[in-house]
Amino acid sequence: MKAKHQRLTLGVVALVAIIGAALLAMSALKDQAAYFYSPADVKRTRIEPGKAVRLGGMVADKSIVRQPDGVTIRFVVADGADTVPVVFKGIVPDLFKENSGVVAEGRFDAGGTFIADNILAKHDERYMPPQLEGDKHKTGKVE
Amino acid sequence: MIAEAGLAALWLAFALALLQLGLGVAGLTGGRDVLLGAVRPVAVVQGLLTAIAFVMLIWLFLRSDMSVELVALNSHSDKPWLYKFAGTWGNHEGSMLLWVAVLAFAGAAVALFERRLDERTLMATLAAQAFIGIGFYAFLLFSSNPFTRLDPAPAQGQGLNPLLQDPGLAFHPPTLYFGYVGLSIAFSFAVGALVTRDVGADFARAMRPWVLISWVFLTLGITAGSYWAYYELGWGGWWFWDPVENASLMPWLAATALLHSVTVLATRDGLRAWTVMLAVVAFSMSMVGTFLVRSGILTSVHAFAVDPTRGSFILALLVIYIGGAMALYGFRVGTVREGSTFEAVSREGALVANNLLLSAILGIVLIGTLYPLGVEAVTGDKLSVGPPYFNAAAGPLALILVAIMAVGPLLKWRRDTLKPLAKRLALPILITALALAAVLAMAPGIGIFPLLGLVLALGVGAASVAPLWKRNLRRTPLFTYGMVIAHLGIAVSLAGMACESAFTKETLVAARLGETEHVGPFAVRLDGVAPIAGPNWTALEATLTVTRGDGKPFILKPEARMFPSPPTETSEAAIKTVFDGQLYTVLGKADEQGRWQLRLWWKPWVTLIWLGGVLIALGGLLSLIGHMRRERKLLDRKLYG
Repeated sequence: MKAKHQRLTLGVVALVAIIGAALLAMSALKDQAAYFYSPADVKRTRIEPGKAVRLGGMVADKSIVRQPDGVTIRFVVADGADTVPVVFKGIVPDLFKENSGVVAEGRFDAGGTFIADNILAKHDERYMPPQLEGDKHKTGKVE
Repeated sequence: MIAEAGLAALWLAFALALLQLGLGVAGLTGGRDVLLGAVRPVAVVQGLLTAIAFVMLIWLFLRSDMSVELVALNSHSDKPWLYKFAGTWGNHEGSMLLWVAVLAFAGAAVALFERRLDERTLMATLAAQAFIGIGFYAFLLFSSNPFTRLDPAPAQGQGLNPLLQDPGLAFHPPTLYFGYVGLSIAFSFAVGALVTRDVGADFARAMRPWVLISWVFLTLGITAGSYWAYYELGWGGWWFWDPVENASLMPWLAATALLHSVTVLATRDGLRAWTVMLAVVAFSMSMVGTFLVRSGILTSVHAFAVDPTRGSFILALLVIYIGGAMALYGFRVGTVREGSTFEAVSREGALVANNLLLSAILGIVLIGTLYPLGVEAVTGDKLSVGPPYFNAAAGPLALILVAIMAVGPLLKWRRDTLKPLAKRLALPILITALALAAVLAMAPGIGIFPLLGLVLALGVGAASVAPLWKRNLRRTPLFTYGMVIAHLGIAVSLAGMACESAFTKETLVAARLGETEHVGPFAVRLDGVAPIAGPNWTALEATLTVTRGDGKPFILKPEARMFPSPPTETSEAAIKTVFDGQLYTVLGKADEQGRWQLRLWWKPWVTLIWLGGVLIALGGLLSLIGHMRRERKLLDRKLYG
């Protein structure tokens, strides 16, 4: 094979590989990207049960209920407009408490309860999930 | 005075970088060799000055000089000295200074030790290295000055993020940065070679050791970071596909591809344009990673709540450097002559497949990492891309890549046939088949990824030592051992990943004192929970007595720690390493009835993941030594005939 042909072949193969990877990535993203919803968004849009999503808002006052097994909790995420019930089995982060911000990762069951696999709480004053910060995060120093 | 001295050193280094660029450009365009002669010493002094600035900052942290803003914001006089020391880079400004120091150090190392590269190309390389330096010095001096004074000085500092108060902080960031920023050498080499139109086998042989050493550091840094996250976060996972982790993985993927293509260029003078491209891409990924981590657009323990204008500054640098290098590449690639050709079934062919797969994985990781940022910028929707995407998209490609890795080293350069290959692969294939049968018989329920991973790991482990088959082991060059060990490391690591995902057992309970819980082969008894105090924290510490079958019992003490400054709680997992895995215990919260939450994991063979990482780095190191020995021999022969 001539060197020129070889370079052309390699170029074409590389191009095909790159396009293939991009297509693979795009199709996987379509199924797997977890969108972020507030309780108001949940009310507005119908979210398929079982699809991975993130739910963010405040833990409603007096809503945390410990279950008898000692490791499961139920609580309500609110955003001022609407509320969503959440179940979580695991050790909650240290700064998870009522009237404080929370992001839960998981999925909805058929009954509209959010089954959280993971809970992210506001970590401390200087390390804050941007989803909870919103505009404050964009405009200046996080305090 | 120390802060001022550090700042002065930094300004001087900045001026020298400008001088270095000027000398290089003037020398190359005017052809005046006198100017070129000055480039090397300037690069060395520039490296020394940045090192001085960095040492000054360490000193300020060790002395807890609260009149320096950075120290006051990120340190505390109660901290143990190790964290005062490592805390130097546990913040935005300090870590950027470390970044720049490594960049200047890399330039100085090239100026001191590089003897094989054509002199003019070397000068162009050092000029390019200085050009990168200029942008990042400007970033430090104008928007991230670590030496800013605070007046009046506070009596006490605000302390370091407790998650970072771990010996890992002393090791992980410097190692990672040496790898990350060390790749700048490959970038500058590529730019230099494009400028002087000097892409060929000699260029590749000169570049290879620099790529190898950066890659070894990068591998160690990622391995260390993974283990640190594993034991410090208390989540029991070893890789989270967090954007910050991806930021370190992407340069590694590009550097791994580069490492293999540079071998083709050095040995067979093929893949010229592609290798130069990869050298540019590898460090570009380092810069993209720096942008992701240091701009404040991501939130993680790595993103030290920074001023958003800095993001624009790094983004501008990114556009200038990556855009500039790509433009140069576009103009000059046509003049890079074609190298020698090869057949599809050959060592080169396998290495091309390796490169394409690594690039495809790199693309998938890059898209997944940037997609949420892009979507948020365009539509305002917030979304996250997590493990399901990365595993689904990159997993299959990684498994194919590993399979090719088993075959590639057994192929001859230039042209080979499949028949002798089948013969050499017979034993590994037999092992793969037996492994498949054994895994299916003993663990029928495991998922498809762990199954393929485990079976491939065994087969590839056997195949990776096959290049030593029937060779005189004492005459086999060191770099062949390096390759064998690195490939074996991949198999070992893959086996660990597959076992961890297939066989992990988890128990999550609320236990009363004296109760015994079971996880895997272990019985864990909660004996008590007591308060304890450390140098700058207090904690609740559980005492767990663990027995495995009839074995001798041992004690594990997981803690929940409270740090007063800044006020934070962290969970310190207690881990017992046994030959076939790790028992991982986490203490949770107490409930009203006096029960304590306990999370217990039994992770069989999980340690293989990091052992594999260390083997990969060791392989890289052996290969580096082997190549340098051979190069020296060739150089001596050339000089003394």
